[in-house]
Amino acid sequence: MNELPQQLVNGLLLGSMYGLVAIGYTMVYGIVQLINFAHGEIFMVGAFGALTVHLYLLPDGTSIWVALPLMLLGAVIVSVLVAIGAERFAYRPLRGAPRLAPLITAIGLSLALQQAVWAFYPEAKSKLPFPQIEGGPFSIGGATIQTGDIFLLIAAPVSMAFLAYFVMRTRTGRGMQATAQDPDTAKLMGVNTDRIIVIAFALGAVFAAVGGVASGLKYGQIDFKMGFILGLKAFTAAVLGGIGNIYGAMIGGVVLGVVETLATAYIADIPGLDKFGSQSWAEVWAFILLILVLLFRPQGLLGERVADRA
Amino acid sequence: MRQRSLIAITAALAAGALTLTACGSRDDDGGGSDSGNGGTTVVIGVDAPLTGDLSALGLGIKNSVDLAAKTANKEKYVEGVTFKIEALDDQGQASVGQQNATKLVANDDVLGVVGPLNSSVGEAMQKVFDTAKLVEVSPANTNPALTQGVNWQKEKVRPYKSYFRTATTDAIQGPFAAQYVYNDAKKKKVFVIDDKKTYGAGLAATFTEEFKKLGGKVVGTEHINPESKDFSAVATKVKNSGADVVYYGGEYPQAGPLSKQIKEAGAKIPLVGGDGIYSADFIKLAGAAGTGDLATSVGAPVEELPSAKEFVANYKAAGYKEAYEAYGGYSYDSAWAIIEAVKKVVEDNDGKLPDDARAKVVDAMQNVSFDGVTGKVSFDEFGDATNKQLTVYSVKDGAWGTVKSGTFTG
Repeated sequence: MNELPQQLVNGLLLGSMYGLVAIGYTMVYGIVQLINFAHGEIFMVGAFGALTVHLYLLPDGTSIWVALPLMLLGAVIVSVLVAIGAERFAYRPLRGAPRLAPLITAIGLSLALQQAVWAFYPEAKSKLPFPQIEGGPFSIGGATIQTGDIFLLIAAPVSMAFLAYFVMRTRTGRGMQATAQDPDTAKLMGVNTDRIIVIAFALGAVFAAVGGVASGLKYGQIDFKMGFILGLKAFTAAVLGGIGNIYGAMIGGVVLGVVETLATAYIADIPGLDKFGSQSWAEVWAFILLILVLLFRPQGLLGERVADRA
Repeated sequence: MRQRSLIAITAALAAGALTLTACGSRDDDGGGSDSGNGGTTVVIGVDAPLTGDLSALGLGIKNSVDLAAKTANKEKYVEGVTFKIEALDDQGQASVGQQNATKLVANDDVLGVVGPLNSSVGEAMQKVFDTAKLVEVSPANTNPALTQGVNWQKEKVRPYKSYFRTATTDAIQGPFAAQYVYNDAKKKKVFVIDDKKTYGAGLAATFTEEFKKLGGKVVGTEHINPESKDFSAVATKVKNSGADVVYYGGEYPQAGPLSKQIKEAGAKIPLVGGDGIYSADFIKLAGAAGTGDLATSVGAPVEELPSAKEFVANYKAAGYKEAYEAYGGYSYDSAWAIIEAVKKVVEDNDGKLPDDARAKVVDAMQNVSFDGVTGKVSFDEFGDATNKQLTVYSVKDGAWGTVKSGTFTG
């Protein structure tokens, strides 16, 4: 039996999750040149926000179809509030500081958020079960898709389309582009750059929250560490696709997910490489690809040359 | 161009952060044992993962040791000695476990340590304890190398005199599972997965060897990354391999999602694991997909042993928040073995602790023999438990049920 379609679907799903989180990295980087390492944690608190709505705000036995939009709303609210708070109190005071200062702040914030959830969320010391969508899997052209994955399959392209429309067509979106190109000139032209930066953080948080809910639905569990590894992978996806480019983030995510999956599935079949084919080696292959891409296209897959901006 | 170097720095920092998050100390919870009235205080150290993925098992260990200490104090089992526990959290990390070992060694009142849960942590702690001649009794380490040396398959050499365990080894557990799967469950084609850790890889290897010897076929092998939770690629491979059973060497935080994703991929075959997946949390993580999955665990089920009735009742009466889980009985017995050894040392020295109490306790431990929660507790020349009982459990209606209990014979 040919397992390629199934493995491609597996990779696409994993990659869509990376992509949703990668958008947040790339947008913030594009506008303030800050690598927001706490972004993985924004993803994590989003998932916890959704779970909180399910556990404490909705009556027991609420249908998942009623609960899901409310959980999504809860996730978005929590993520956006945390992201705006982080921007206002952790990053804005450091706006003029050397680049490394906000970077270290971001790593510190990431640890602080993880530990805060660990310490204060009830029973967050072990993995928490996340509500699931009932219903059997669907079979499409030789591949099986789980009910929990449907959300991700719909949410990722819809989010992407919304973001593209917002950035290209709306006034605020054009303000973002202007700020990304030249913050000082944008300010002189009447763009409220402080507001634009907040919006960039908030938008990234919305996508991270969607990703958090998708992750809970897909894997059926969440925990306080879930954002850390995923955040690193999403950052990798953003670099792979071309950091600063929102389409690149999504493409980079999908490429990374598919490469990891295919490496697990097929590397072991290559003669002489059977030792390096298991899932524990998948990330090694993904990073080999990243190095190769950066060697030949340092700006990433879809990135533009930005050497003049430093 | 500064941006690019910034990205390089960031990537390096990120890699550093990956390793660093594993460290970091947390508040030590000294447990809640009552300090008695006067006399000498002897501290029994506990090292187990009290937070994180494996905390369900770890907290069961801590509570059971606490119960043993309290029981000994209440019965005035050792005249003039009050037992206290000091519980440290190793988070399942070898590096943290080693720091904890150093900390316990530094406390002169500590005469014995119960723990750890993970074989890899045990590996890192052994030498520290042995140098200090401090006795360590693990209720859960099952890797054969810990007591019989790394070349245990060819030549058994005990590496550390101070290390004992009440749990049976994987040298017995893996083959026991293989015999059950092949002879009783009649499964002939297995897909073997492990997490590359000391415990998981060791268990998977002993299982595979026996399964092949019996005539079974290994249709695929895979090693997963314990940090990951997306096993869909592996699950698809399992499905297409045509296996009728999956053996997993590893622990429940990965086994639960793995079982779920294998069934979701369309392979409706049972996942079999060792004592590392025998936890209520496995069922929670696997969900409905876990039904029919099997686990072997050391000893006989505590609930069914007549010798354990008292332990179960006392544990309940003590009102611990967490269940005693898979290793409760073994932890109690481990702690009680230390108490017995201390008693012997104190009685041989006219009711007082000698100056070289630690070394004396190590010597006394070798000859300890009593009827414990899990049956007869005594140790062979390697420090392994003489009790070689094992049990197969399966998930039914959202709980582990006993399938078969037996003693492994070659």
